[in-house]
Amino acid sequence: MTNQATIETEARQTKPRTAVGRSRSAAGVKPERANWSGTAILLLCAVTVLLPLYVTVSMAFKTQGQAVDGNAFSFPAPFSLDGFVQAWTLTNFPVGAAMSLLVTAGTVVATIILAAFASYAIVRNWERKLFRYSFFYLLAAMFIPFPVVALPQIQLTGRLGLDNPFGVILLATMFQLSFSVLLFTAFLRSIPMELEESARIDGATTWQTFWKLIFPLLAPMSATVGIFAFLYAWNDFMMPSLIISDPALQTLPVRQNLFQTQFSNNYHVSFASYLMAMAPAIVAYLFTQRWVMAGVTQGAVKG
Amino acid sequence: MSILTNKTTSGRGLPRQRAKRPVEPIFYLFLLPSLLLFTLAITVPAIIGIFFSFTDSIGIGDWKFVGLTNYVAIFGDPAILQSYLFTFGFSLVTVIAVNVVAFLLAVGLTSRIRMKSALRTVFVIPMVVSGIIIAYVFNFLFSNSLPAAGAAAGIPWLESSLLANPDLAWIAIVLVTAWQAVPGALLIYIAGLVAVPGDVYEAADIDGASKFQQLVKITLPLVAGYVVINIILGFKGFLNAYDIIVGLTNGGPGTSTRSIAMTVIAGFNGGDYAYQMANATIFFVVAILISLVQLSLTRGRNAL
Repeated sequence: MTNQATIETEARQTKPRTAVGRSRSAAGVKPERANWSGTAILLLCAVTVLLPLYVTVSMAFKTQGQAVDGNAFSFPAPFSLDGFVQAWTLTNFPVGAAMSLLVTAGTVVATIILAAFASYAIVRNWERKLFRYSFFYLLAAMFIPFPVVALPQIQLTGRLGLDNPFGVILLATMFQLSFSVLLFTAFLRSIPMELEESARIDGATTWQTFWKLIFPLLAPMSATVGIFAFLYAWNDFMMPSLIISDPALQTLPVRQNLFQTQFSNNYHVSFASYLMAMAPAIVAYLFTQRWVMAGVTQGAVKG
Repeated sequence: MSILTNKTTSGRGLPRQRAKRPVEPIFYLFLLPSLLLFTLAITVPAIIGIFFSFTDSIGIGDWKFVGLTNYVAIFGDPAILQSYLFTFGFSLVTVIAVNVVAFLLAVGLTSRIRMKSALRTVFVIPMVVSGIIIAYVFNFLFSNSLPAAGAAAGIPWLESSLLANPDLAWIAIVLVTAWQAVPGALLIYIAGLVAVPGDVYEAADIDGASKFQQLVKITLPLVAGYVVINIILGFKGFLNAYDIIVGLTNGGPGTSTRSIAMTVIAGFNGGDYAYQMANATIFFVVAILISLVQLSLTRGRNAL
């Protein structure tokens, strides 16, 4: 079973590659040199992507004196960790990071589990009205922008004692659910019933079949769903800023508004703080980029 | 195994209703948490919101029904009108900018260039960066570095911050939003371009078509479906613009860059609860209309 999942995974991962390789070899019938001018233009474009990130990193390592000298693009000289030390205490980084981590982990796990549960029930009972209508019902959130329901949600979470990271987990999960159910159901329909039926014959209950057979098979989709939930929950500003009422429980992106009101001239501190909040998502992306790229394409095709 | 095969074959022959096996109770358990939480978190707030849009509630305390008063007032409110004009104008410009840039980058990234995978890695980074934080970074660049560069180059309109100019601040918002939205569109275009078979270009080469002719006459029509998807996905996202605008201008200068989402949210602190719920309800209807257009445009595109 696990083998099968790994094969699926590998197939998915190598797909974009082989496709690129094919088009290259097809285009290469007539021997052509590598496109150096194209490479140069794209490298230039890549600078516009990297420049703001470079400024963030270099500013973060500057001393206060150098940070306010008006040249954002200079290299830090001397290297200073002062910005990080101050940002750490000013934004109460450990608590902020813990909150962001809690919200992100909660959203990722809850989205994957709830969406996989619901999708399995829906696909296996598609002939039943209840399950079929539930599918369209859950899909409806794709058409409801968060701002539309934000104000009543703020009131409701406040009244239920959910004006904290747990409320954000609940709401973020519900907004991720539509898209995730769509991806999971599409994938589940392609799994042949015979696999499940042979598990049944071996005496497995539905619960066991789900965890031992279906859930492992869903792994590549779970990765896609999880990555989207991760990026959304880790980076979002709007929802936590509105739902979490206690500033001490705020996530990292919301904590950065500190530098817009106070300490606005301590650029080395603010940029060190920005860097600490951004870096985890970028690092996570660098390790999972193939999944991220495949996920966007799948999301667009099925969504 | 043979029993099972028998069951399915005989089941297929029976009328549909008799083929229905009873639903295992556990499937209800699988579905229930999602349905309950979804109802609590989305449906109930949506109904509450629409309900209060017909009242004069300020969010707490007493309220009474006022019928369509809020809706009538909204259509004559210049602030709301401005937020709609800004949001739609900004979304339109951004969606065009994003798609032009993403398409050209995708063409470049699928051609015979060097460092292909490294470049692709770099171009996708903006997608994974927090919108509000990168807006703060650009805020710094627009208010400090760009004016300094403008002064050094002697360009007068660049010498003051772009963000402080009510007529130009939207350009900064378009730039940063596009900066972050290009990767998503880019990846979709790459998927589309990779699916174009190489031999059509070969044939075009033999017929003597230039590279530009090939791009316009072959590539563009073949990825038309992806263009539609990108435009719709992008437009829908940009209509909800919030984080990046908060980080760049916070709706200013004045209210010149206030999006619909920001206007609605501001109602919570401004005591305009019922009024902004009516605004949100209208926005909801607009969002549904756009989604319906999306469905009718993308339906039947099995190739995608």
